[in-house]
Amino acid sequence: MATVLVVTSGKGGVGKTTSTAALGVALAQAGQSTVVIDFDVGLRNLDLVLGAERRVVFDLVNVVQGEAKLAQALIRDKRVETLSLLAASQTRDKDALTEDGVARVIDELREKFDWIVCDSPAGIEKGAGLAMRFADRALVVTNPEVSSVRDSDRIVGLLDSKTLRAERGEKMEKHLLVTRYDPARAERGDMMKVEDILEILAIPLIGVIPDSEEVLKASNLGAPVTLSAPSSLPARAYLEAARRLRGETIDVTVPTEKKSLIGRLFGRRVA
Amino acid sequence: MNLLGFLQRKPSAPVARERLQILLAHERATNGRPGLTNLLKDEILAVIKKHVAIDPEKVQVKLDSQGGVSTLEIDIEMPARAKPAA
Repeated sequence: MATVLVVTSGKGGVGKTTSTAALGVALAQAGQSTVVIDFDVGLRNLDLVLGAERRVVFDLVNVVQGEAKLAQALIRDKRVETLSLLAASQTRDKDALTEDGVARVIDELREKFDWIVCDSPAGIEKGAGLAMRFADRALVVTNPEVSSVRDSDRIVGLLDSKTLRAERGEKMEKHLLVTRYDPARAERGDMMKVEDILEILAIPLIGVIPDSEEVLKASNLGAPVTLSAPSSLPARAYLEAARRLRGETIDVTVPTEKKSLIGRLFGRRVA
Repeated sequence: MNLLGFLQRKPSAPVARERLQILLAHERATNGRPGLTNLLKDEILAVIKKHVAIDPEKVQVKLDSQGGVSTLEIDIEMPARAKPAA
């Protein structure tokens, strides 16, 4: 049974693409056949973060418009063979996507993959709407920052009203992924704590990714952090989040360098 | 920062949290689910109208969500003596 997961946030620059790539690798490495789709038509970047930018021949728009077959547009990762990428078009705009066309592509992907991870563009316009439209579950990526939390709250409202599942009266499972978290600043009172964000957004926590220079290094290299530095703190946080996505119950911790703080529990279980 | 400034330093995170809580309580009411409040209002009104003559202007429907619990508040002003609708 395939799961369509949308990675969304409202606000730009919070780590949707980074998280899509890192989690895509983590799921695929666990033996799940996984496809990551870039819905940011006109501003594609998932290909670059995955190091596949020179391998894109056909893209999502080509498939939606019937100009290429799905098999021609899927790019198999060279390092993790269970991972595929469906890139966005760089030369078209969001209007090139139609609801029927995207529905057809998602249906076809459901036949082939265990996980279909949709990397949403920022904003709440057509591209973001189509990225979440057919999702079974949603990952809401949020930074501990007022504008990001506000936009995430708006996105949660849209997930509960504008998705196919919501319209059918079915449950839309939502997970909160806090990224760029700095436990030391949160402890000093200069950054909202994970608990604060959880209380405001009121959706279950799937992971906390610490702010780390490893993340920028990984995108420089075109290898998600779960692949390029699997023992680094952010990679470990992503790997655990992927296990929770697959249904394992692991307490959410904020990985820190100091041994004494490892295992600092939040006392909250993920859904 | 001098020593006095350091001692008087107030953490900014609680301010962020409080501002968000106030702002979002308002925003959720207006655009949490566009159209839902009006839809509920119309349908509830239709049901009540079947049995009691009421003034549509005197009906308040409010959706609120706090701490993971959503509440639906319906306030209908009944006529002095509720009469069955004709």
